[in-house]
Amino acid sequence: MNNLAVPVTKDNDGGSIFKFFISELKPKGKWLTPFNIISIPIILLGVVLIVIRFWKGIGSITNLTQETPWGLWIGFDVVTGVAFAGGAYVLTFMVYILKMHKYHSIVRITVLNGFLAYVFYAGALLLDLGRPWNVINPIIGNSFGTSSVLFLVAWHFLLYMIAELIEFSPAIAEWLGARRARKILSGMTIGAVIFGITLSTLHQSGLGALYLMAKDKIHPLWYSEFIPILFLVSSIFAGLSMVIFEGSISHKVFFNQISEKNHKAQNGIIQGLSKICAGTMFAYFFLQLLVFIHNKNWNLLNTTMGYWFLLEMIGFVIIPMMLFIYSYRTSNIFMIRLAAILTMVGVILNRLNVTVIGFRWNAPTHYVPSWMEIVVTMAVIFTEIWIFRWVINRMPVLRESPAWVNEEE
Amino acid sequence: MGIDRRNFMKALGITGITLAVGNSFGTPSKNKDESEIEFRGMLYDSTRCIGCRACERVCAKNHNLPEPKDELKAGVLRKTSELQRTVINNYTTSKGEVSVKKQCMHCNEPACAAACLTQAMYKTKEGPVIWRGDKCMGCRYCMVSCPFDIPKFEYHSPNPKIQKCDLCYDRVIKGQIPACAEACGDALTFGTRRELISEARKRIAENPKDYIDQIYGEDVAGGTGFLYLAPVSFKELGIDTNLQNSSYPALSKGFLYSVPSVFVLLPPLLLGIHEATKNKQPKEEENE
Ligand code: SF4
Ligand code: SF4
Repeated sequence: MNNLAVPVTKDNDGGSIFKFFISELKPKGKWLTPFNIISIPIILLGVVLIVIRFWKGIGSITNLTQETPWGLWIGFDVVTGVAFAGGAYVLTFMVYILKMHKYHSIVRITVLNGFLAYVFYAGALLLDLGRPWNVINPIIGNSFGTSSVLFLVAWHFLLYMIAELIEFSPAIAEWLGARRARKILSGMTIGAVIFGITLSTLHQSGLGALYLMAKDKIHPLWYSEFIPILFLVSSIFAGLSMVIFEGSISHKVFFNQISEKNHKAQNGIIQGLSKICAGTMFAYFFLQLLVFIHNKNWNLLNTTMGYWFLLEMIGFVIIPMMLFIYSYRTSNIFMIRLAAILTMVGVILNRLNVTVIGFRWNAPTHYVPSWMEIVVTMAVIFTEIWIFRWVINRMPVLRESPAWVNEEE
Repeated sequence: MGIDRRNFMKALGITGITLAVGNSFGTPSKNKDESEIEFRGMLYDSTRCIGCRACERVCAKNHNLPEPKDELKAGVLRKTSELQRTVINNYTTSKGEVSVKKQCMHCNEPACAAACLTQAMYKTKEGPVIWRGDKCMGCRYCMVSCPFDIPKFEYHSPNPKIQKCDLCYDRVIKGQIPACAEACGDALTFGTRRELISEARKRIAENPKDYIDQIYGEDVAGGTGFLYLAPVSFKELGIDTNLQNSSYPALSKGFLYSVPSVFVLLPPLLLGIHEATKNKQPKEEENE
C-alpha cells in the first residue's frame, strides 16, 4: 500500500513548494483497507458526538456525575495515553544520553508516536473542559494556580510537546529538503532531549500526584502517597511495551520502508527492550509490595477489590515480567510480544483502577462510561493513527534519511 | 569540538529557562500564617435548627436558582446539587429527630483552591471560598479534590458553571451577613472564626447535656470556616467522620516541593552523562 514517496532532495523554490504540499496531502495507496473501513465511520460519528457535546453540555454524551467528575476521557485518554507515550523519553534517554546506538533506528518513530499521543490526548483534555475558552488563563499567566498539580501537568504537556517537536523536526526538514534548517534543528536535539526527559519525569509522576488529594475517594489498595513514583516507574515499561507492540505492527504495515539492515536489527532491539522492561517491572513490583506492606492492607486482600488487585499484580505485572525474562533468555520474539501486550493491559488496568474503577468504589451507583464516551475515545485514537500513517508515508521516519544527510555529516 | 561546545551552551541555556519556570511552579502561593488571619465563618447549631428550610429558600432566591420543592423526610438523603447550594436533612438519632444543614465548609486550607489551576476557586481574605467564572476552565479538578464533595458542575449546559456556597461573598464585603444567616432564627451565627469557636465552647460548657463535647470543623481538614454543634455524635448525623484532620493541600505539597529540585538536579546530571558517554563509537554494535 505504500509506494515510497520520493523525498524532495533539492532545496525548493517558492512555486514548487506549494505544489509539493498539495501533492503530499493526497492519500497514498489503496482507500478501501480494513482499517479505513472501520475507522472512517467511527471518526465521523465521533465528530457528530463532539458537536453535540459542545452544543448541549458534557452531560449530554457522558455518564459523568457530581460524584465522579472525571471518567474515561481523563482516566484513559489522558492518564493512560500519556503513560504509553512514555517510550519517547525513555528511548531518547537511552540513545542520546547513554549512547545505546543500537536503538537509534527506532527513536524517530517513537518520538513521533509520543508527540502525536500528546497532541491528541491533550486534545482530549480540551473536550473534557467545561469552559475551554478559559484554557488560555493558566497559559498567559493572568491567573497562575501554582499550587495546583494540574497546573504543573498542563504546562509540562505544553512544553513537552514543543520538546518532542524539536526532537522530531529534523525528519520534517529532511522531508522538505531544507538542509540548513535541518542542521540547526538537529543541533537543538540534545537540549530538547534533556529538557524533555526532565519534563517527563515530572509529569509522568504528576499524573499520579493529581489524585493525591482524593485520598478518601480512591480504594486504599490503589491510594498511597507513593502514587507519583509508581506512575513514573510504570511509565517506563508502559512506554517500552508500546514501542515493542507498535514496532511489530509497523514492521508489517510499513514493511517496504524499512531497510534490510534495520529489519535484521529489529529482533535484537526487541530483546534489549524486553530486558529493560523486565528490570523496571521488577522494581515496580517491589515498590508496590513495599507500599502494600507499609499501608498494612492485608485485610483488604480478601475482598472483591482485593482479588482485582491481585489479578492486576500477578496476572499483569509478575506474569509478563517472567515472560519477558524467559523470552529474553530464549530469544523468543513471539513471547516478548505477548508479554508486551499483557504489560499494556496491566498498565491500562492500573491507571483505570486509580482513576475510574477504584475511584468511589464504594458509591451505591458506580460510573460506567457511556458508549458515546467510548466512541469519542476511539475516534481520537483512530485520528491519531491516520496522522501517524500520513507522516510515516511521507517523512523519513522508518526509512533511511535522504542521501544528502549522510553526506553532510 | 566547536560544535560540541555550542551544543553544550544550548543545553545550558535551556536548562536555565527550565530553572526559571521550575521555580515558579514550585513556589506555593499559600501564605504561611494564613491561619493567623481572621477568617469569617459560620456556626451552625443543630440543636437550635428547626428544619424550616428558610435558608434553602433564601439561598436559591439569592443565587437565581429554582426554589427547592422536594419533601424533607427523615431517612431520605437530599444532596446539594448544581441547583441547590445548601440542603437540610433530617436524621433519626438516639435523641430524636435532628436537622442538619449541608453546604461548603469554607476550609481554612481548601483543597478545591489548591487544586484549581486558574485560581478560579479562591479563598478570600475575608474567609469565604468563592468561584470565579471568568477564570474557571471547567476541568472539575476541584470536584475531584474536595473531601466534602461540594463543588457541583452544570453538566447540561454549553456554558457550565460550578455551583457551590460562596457564603454570600458579595454581601459579606458590603458588611452584610450571608442571606441564610439573616433568614434563620438562631441556628446560624456569622462571625470571625475565633469568636465562633469561643461561642461554641461557651454553649457546650453551659449546657453540657445538650451537646457532645466536640465542634465539627475545628480540626477536620485543617479546620473549616463552617462549624457544627450537635446533640449526638456526628456520625449519626451523616457527617463524614473519617476525613483526616490535617489539611488536604498538604497531601500534594511534598510532590510540588520536589519539582524545583528535579529541575535543578536532573538536567546537569543528564548533561554530565551525555558528555561522559560521548566517546562511544556511534556505529558500534552493542550487546549492552
Ligand atoms: S468544602 Fe470543598 S468546596 Fe468548600 S472550601 Fe472546602 S474544599 Fe473547597
Ligand atoms: S473546574 Fe474551574 S474552579 Fe474547578 S479546578 Fe477547574 S478551573 Fe478551577
